[in-house]
Amino acid sequence: MKSLIDICDLSREEIDSLLDTANDIIAHPEVYSEKCRGKKLATLFFEPSTRTRLSFEAAMYELGGNVLGFSEAQSSSASKGESVADTARVVSCYADIIAMRHPKEGAPLVASMHASVPIINAGDGGHNHPTQTLADLLTIKREKGGFDGLTLGFCGDLKFGRTVHSLIAAMSRYKDIRVVLISPQELKLPSYVKRDILQKNGIPYTQTTDFESVIDSLDILYMTRVQRERFFSEEEYLRLKDSYILTPEKLRRAKSDLCVMHPLPRVNEISTAIDNDPRACYFKQVLYGKYMRMALILMLLGVN
Amino acid sequence: MNIDSIKDGIVIDHIQSGKCMEIYRLLDLEKLDCQIAIIKNALSQKMGRKDIIKIDAAIELDFDLLGYVAPGVTIDIIRGGVLVEKKTPELPEKIVGVICCKNPRCISTTEQELPQVFRLADRERRIYRCFYCESMSK
Repeated sequence: MKSLIDICDLSREEIDSLLDTANDIIAHPEVYSEKCRGKKLATLFFEPSTRTRLSFEAAMYELGGNVLGFSEAQSSSASKGESVADTARVVSCYADIIAMRHPKEGAPLVASMHASVPIINAGDGGHNHPTQTLADLLTIKREKGGFDGLTLGFCGDLKFGRTVHSLIAAMSRYKDIRVVLISPQELKLPSYVKRDILQKNGIPYTQTTDFESVIDSLDILYMTRVQRERFFSEEEYLRLKDSYILTPEKLRRAKSDLCVMHPLPRVNEISTAIDNDPRACYFKQVLYGKYMRMALILMLLGVN
Repeated sequence: MNIDSIKDGIVIDHIQSGKCMEIYRLLDLEKLDCQIAIIKNALSQKMGRKDIIKIDAAIELDFDLLGYVAPGVTIDIIRGGVLVEKKTPELPEKIVGVICCKNPRCISTTEQELPQVFRLADRERRIYRCFYCESMSK
């Protein structure tokens, strides 16, 4: 039985297969509408994340399955002190597959060690969020036609931005990728990510604090939010939160087929004036996330 | 100072000065009832000062952790008064119950009875990462 805890748990072939399935779901949704009839997804959300939870629930409903679960720790047995291991064992008796979000890093991994059904990591603190990466990959695949030869720009909080680390890891498997890292000094990509992923895979990268000097070179611009919850000090958060804001003026110098992505929610780092620009792909990214979660549920349940 | 040479046993040599008691506890040597000599601050041409532990019994011990706790130590296996094997422990792939994860957001800080597990991430740079949250050991 397989679980998905980290995007690196999936081989490139498995990711390609998930992308093919998602594309097929988009083309022929009716074929998939009863695939999970009689199956139950448990959404165990120990911290609130409305969008991710709704995406999983919509995915399961569109496959004809059912959903049960909770959306905050207060309404679960964790508030009585139950361990993650015990919760995983108990919920395995009720559901065929579990999507778990937890503020503690590594909690879904611990759950997968004790559950008797597949576990999907729906986000564990600042650590992993593999289904966001799957959504990102489908967005790139559909908007750019493939992955090879792309120049990807990552902008904003590259230090705590787990979606950035995971997407860089996933993209490192493809050919002729170039990476441009745009962030304030304090939020630079951690050196271990540069060493263990970029340098190890021979991926050329540049680092800059000057957004406007590189925007014309990008095929993908991945914007991120400076997340309040990743800072221990409110003062530090306030100092850095407005570091980079994408505006129509800045976008004027970008390629006409640039794909602007964002894992959402945004605060103010992308001006709403860009929302109707054809290069804005962040709402499509949300939709693609649902299709990738459908494909993932099918794969983990072994449904053809 | 003279310590008798051992006939059948183990000599843990080239221990960084001051580390012998840590190794003594790590290997659970207090549970043995054979003779054990702990030599602190012995003169060493290579190290200046070093610690040595001599165990006067032909027993099997798990030396894997020494590669992490005391890099550079050598383990001499003595049989019939003769050195029959010399080992230099390498960094173990996995360390259980020795390093504690310092990341306050790690599940290992709250989950009941969850063992502290660290995995070797970079042998050259001697970096271990928490199995659960992947934070580097400190």
